[in-house]
Amino acid sequence: MAPLIEFRDVCKYYVMGDNTVKANDHISMTIDRGEFVAIVGQSGSGKSTCMNIIGCLDVPTSGSYLLDGTDVGSLSKPRLAEIRNKMLGFVFQQYNLLPKYNLIENVEVPLMYAGVPRGERRRRAMEALTELGLAEHVKHRPNELSGGQQQRVSIARAMVGKPPILLADEPTGALDSRTGREVLRLLKELNAAGKTVILITHDNSIAVQAKRIIRLEDGQVTYDGPADHPDAMKTREQKEAVS
Amino acid sequence: MNFFDTARLALGNIMTSKMRTFLTMLGIIIGVSAVILIVGLGNGMQIYMERSFETLGTNTIQVMILGRGSSRSISVDQIYRIADENSDCIENVSPTVSMAGTVKIGTETLNSTSVSGVSEDYMEMKTYQLSAGRDLRYMDIKDRKAVCIIGSYIDKEYFNGSSVGKTLKVGSRKLTIIGVAEQQEDEMRSGGTDDFIYLPYTTAARYSNTGNIRSYMFTAMDKDSSDRAVKAIENGLFKVFEDDRSYTVISMAQLLDTFTTMLNVMITILAIIAGISLVVGGIGIMNIMLVSVTERTREIGIRKALGAKESVIMSQFVTEAAVTSVLGGSVGILFGIALCRIATVIVTALLDVDMQVVPSAGSIAMAVGVSAGIGILFGWLPARKAANLNPIDALRYE
Ligand SMILES: Nc1ncnc2c1ncn2[C@@H]1O[C@H](COP(=O)(O)OP(=O)(O)O)[C@@H](O)[C@H]1O
Ligand SMILES: [Mg+2]
Repeated sequence: MAPLIEFRDVCKYYVMGDNTVKANDHISMTIDRGEFVAIVGQSGSGKSTCMNIIGCLDVPTSGSYLLDGTDVGSLSKPRLAEIRNKMLGFVFQQYNLLPKYNLIENVEVPLMYAGVPRGERRRRAMEALTELGLAEHVKHRPNELSGGQQQRVSIARAMVGKPPILLADEPTGALDSRTGREVLRLLKELNAAGKTVILITHDNSIAVQAKRIIRLEDGQVTYDGPADHPDAMKTREQKEAVS
Repeated sequence: MNFFDTARLALGNIMTSKMRTFLTMLGIIIGVSAVILIVGLGNGMQIYMERSFETLGTNTIQVMILGRGSSRSISVDQIYRIADENSDCIENVSPTVSMAGTVKIGTETLNSTSVSGVSEDYMEMKTYQLSAGRDLRYMDIKDRKAVCIIGSYIDKEYFNGSSVGKTLKVGSRKLTIIGVAEQQEDEMRSGGTDDFIYLPYTTAARYSNTGNIRSYMFTAMDKDSSDRAVKAIENGLFKVFEDDRSYTVISMAQLLDTFTTMLNVMITILAIIAGISLVVGGIGIMNIMLVSVTERTREIGIRKALGAKESVIMSQFVTEAAVTSVLGGSVGILFGIALCRIATVIVTALLDVDMQVVPSAGSIAMAVGVSAGIGILFGWLPARKAANLNPIDALRYE
């Protein structure tokens, strides 16, 4: 069986006048079903770019990205939208909830685009929110909730359509450490339940919570292996200094 | 995502900014109500005109003898012969001699009464019935009797409904009332349809020193044979005068047609001008939708990340524009109908005519269609802009 996610020599370049920013520079990697991977690196190292490609929000400048064995580059825009809807759940640093909608309505959105009838949508959204302990807030608007609660809503929204992959870009970035840990615990639970979780962070202490770490530096992969390996937390410079 | 989801989203968005939506709709509201008012006015005028012609008789034909060029004239007998020779389309004819001079009844003076010398057939041609007394007879004409028939306004106002046998004066001439016509108008008034005096045309011609009678009224068999009757009369007159500038023949049917055409042209032009404000309203919608797309860039990014296809985003915005526009159109219809009511009151009070400004079903249906069309048309560009947004840029947008 083909790996769930496969990058073959993926490059993403941004041309800005005279200079080219190599946001992703020849990245090759595979992620299998059920993995819990942290993509880690400093700010500007290309993590979000990488996630946008994985999330089918963006396409590589060169190289190819295979999702479940299919080259995403060959797919039409409507098909990509469908994949985002069915295969991927997004959790963002800034939650990105719709401010004018209450929680139920927010969580319903992916189901609406999936064509689920209204009654069923309500029921499933309610279920997802209840699971995350937000049952008594369902009629509230996002801005009436704390950051941790909002992030839980966005996790409910990401998972309501039961996609196999969860993409979380700095999900704890805007949270204090206690609520951050809570969110991480949720991600672990989801992984334990069979979801493939890809966590993006600049914070090593958060990255170690994953099973596997992919370290990005200047758009290149400088480490790819288990989280508990001694090299996992070292930057290229640090490794060179040791040797 | 089905149509109801899309419509619900659109309504939800519209409801969150009611004031803005209202201001956006204003152009459409004004445009639609103006179109409805103008078409309503046109309708009212048309109906009023037709009714007015109805009382004049749509099958009547007025003939004026001008006798220019040669000094030749035409006798009453010759006119009657034209009518007799064309009895297939001409029903009847009567000379009409209008007589000047104030009408006096006792010590009272009537200033607006129309006084005409006519034949014994005239009442029948007008389809007037008598409510009292008798009609003019051939002998009255032949003997130039000083008798008359009066309209019921004079009878009721000046004789308390018992005028037959009494007298009145036109100028210095005394006339005996022999008959009273039935009331024609619901509300009788001075100068109205019921304020008239008919006397024998021979008498009238003598009193006013009219040598040759120059005015006649024909009736066609019906409205449809009116055109043929006009032709026949013109031919008959041409044989006598050999110059078509010596007479004019005007049929009420033709006149009504001409007026109707003129009115329609006028109403169409006015409606088009009002329609321009619909276009302006559409541009207003486009403008606000463009602002709205910019404001909601992040929302669009989120929706795309969650699986909204471009076509779905597109239809969401187009629907929003169309719903705004149709809402505006609906308010415009209600407003337009209200304006028609107000216009009826004003026109009736100001011009003292019984005219109803009625909005037509056609113009309302058109208003709905046009406003929806405008919403879709002018919503297209902003919707395209929204649909084409790059999700990543949209998500980064602050
Ligand atoms: N749309 C863009 N246009 C130009 N440069 C970009 C764009 N997106 C990202 N970059 C650049 O690419 C590099 C990687 O960015 P990003 O993937 O956001 O890094 P990270 O998420 O690790 O902070 C940065 O130097 C950033 O400035
Ligand atoms: Mg980032």
